[in-house]
Amino acid sequence: MIAMHIQKKLKGAEGEMTLDVALNIKKNQLVTLYGASGAGKTSVLRMLAGLMRPDSGNITVNDQIWFDAQQNINLKPRQRQLGFVFQDYALFPHMTVRENLEFASAQKQPQHISELLELMELGQLADQKPPTLSGGQQQRVALARALAQRPKLLLLDEPLSALDPSTRLRLQDCLLDVHRNFEITTIMVSHDANEIQKLANYVMVLEKGRLITQGSPQETLTVASQVDGEIVSIEVEGNTSVVRVKVQGQTLQLTLPSATTKDMEVGNRIRIALDTVM
Amino acid sequence: MGILQRISMDWSPIILTFKLALLTTFLLFLLAIPLAYWLAYSRSRIKPVIETVVSMPLVLPPTVLGFYFLIAFSPNNTFGNWLDQWFGVRLVFSFSGLVLASIIYSLPFMVHPIQSGLTGIPSSLKEAAYLMGKSRWTTLTKVLLPNIKPSLLTGIVLTFAHTVGEFGVILMIGGSIPGKTKVASIAIYEEVEALNYGSANFYSGILLAITFAILLLVYLVNGGYLKQFWK
Repeated sequence: MIAMHIQKKLKGAEGEMTLDVALNIKKNQLVTLYGASGAGKTSVLRMLAGLMRPDSGNITVNDQIWFDAQQNINLKPRQRQLGFVFQDYALFPHMTVRENLEFASAQKQPQHISELLELMELGQLADQKPPTLSGGQQQRVALARALAQRPKLLLLDEPLSALDPSTRLRLQDCLLDVHRNFEITTIMVSHDANEIQKLANYVMVLEKGRLITQGSPQETLTVASQVDGEIVSIEVEGNTSVVRVKVQGQTLQLTLPSATTKDMEVGNRIRIALDTVM
Repeated sequence: MGILQRISMDWSPIILTFKLALLTTFLLFLLAIPLAYWLAYSRSRIKPVIETVVSMPLVLPPTVLGFYFLIAFSPNNTFGNWLDQWFGVRLVFSFSGLVLASIIYSLPFMVHPIQSGLTGIPSSLKEAAYLMGKSRWTTLTKVLLPNIKPSLLTGIVLTFAHTVGEFGVILMIGGSIPGKTKVASIAIYEEVEALNYGSANFYSGILLAITFAILLLVYLVNGGYLKQFWK
């Protein structure tokens, strides 16, 4: 359904980075983009939505060209007809919950909107304005509003990251229901391994602007749960050694068999991978 | 001064002042929205230049502004002559000239609040509307402007009050033609010069009371004190 191959120079917190991503997404999949912050996940989503222009490459969705740098085609966001849930939800504060949904849907379709409000358990809140709602409620409004557009493609930018754990779990179920009921191809940005295990049927792992691995959550997440670091010190005490590794500004202390540390030197860069995800 | 005398006072400077302020505010509101929109969202290279021009009336003495208007609009000069020949418009010593000069003079008072209001709206609101298939116009009128009502009100009231308080620019290009360009601030100046302190006091008192009331209303509305009266 979606074929995307794009390049884009990004200026991030860690200097310039070139985002170079090629991906194919099948119809009705629930795909997660996974990776550390600054890896380019949100940028991929924004380029797919037309909110950011890639430097080069092309995006084709359902055999329709959305972006082609060579042919100079770039559909505007409003021509792409997709649902997008922002990290900050982007609810219109001056409209009630129902008005938010009505504004999003192209034609007047009160029944569809009432169904969505019921499905998201928002019936009671329909006449309230978003600023008076809790985070979890706002999240459900944002999702309902995206669905009110009847999109064929739904993009979610870390939709659950701002919520407390119990609300998060409930909304994960809610997302699963939505995906099953509406059969919308969904791409979700997340950096929560548990969430991905539960929701996604396909994971794409981004690292520093590159797609480093993809596949089912089971296959990929072990690789995904890895960090790179620099050895700060090695203390050998008989059969065991204590290795201190600096990882993202913190120092990890690892106790390892001396046999595995004999090739290590202070200043080396090493990769620590988790075997299983708890 | 007795009641009868007060009623028989010449009200035309007061009326003219508010006519000028209303017209200036209305026209400037229409002009300032596209300008503020452009300033808030454009990444053009000439933006700093336009921002500077918009802010100039804040620091420039009104007489300087008035002086250049006088030069530019005078029928003895190319531009003023062209206006006169082609449109039959004379902007010097006329009410329409006062309106135009007031619009420029109050530009920052209307543009700045609207611009900062627009900049303060999270960009995701605008993007969300675009993604819903809405045009720029619909997004502006249905999403952006309703969310900056306090800024719009501030811009409108500041412009109105600033135009009421205008003096230097009007003196330079309007002169003091009764019923045409003699606004209240000019009238006060002339009454004082003629040592008619009573009339000066009359005009001054009215301006003082009205501007106080207007500004008070803004702070009440923007501070949410009046929320309980409407919903």
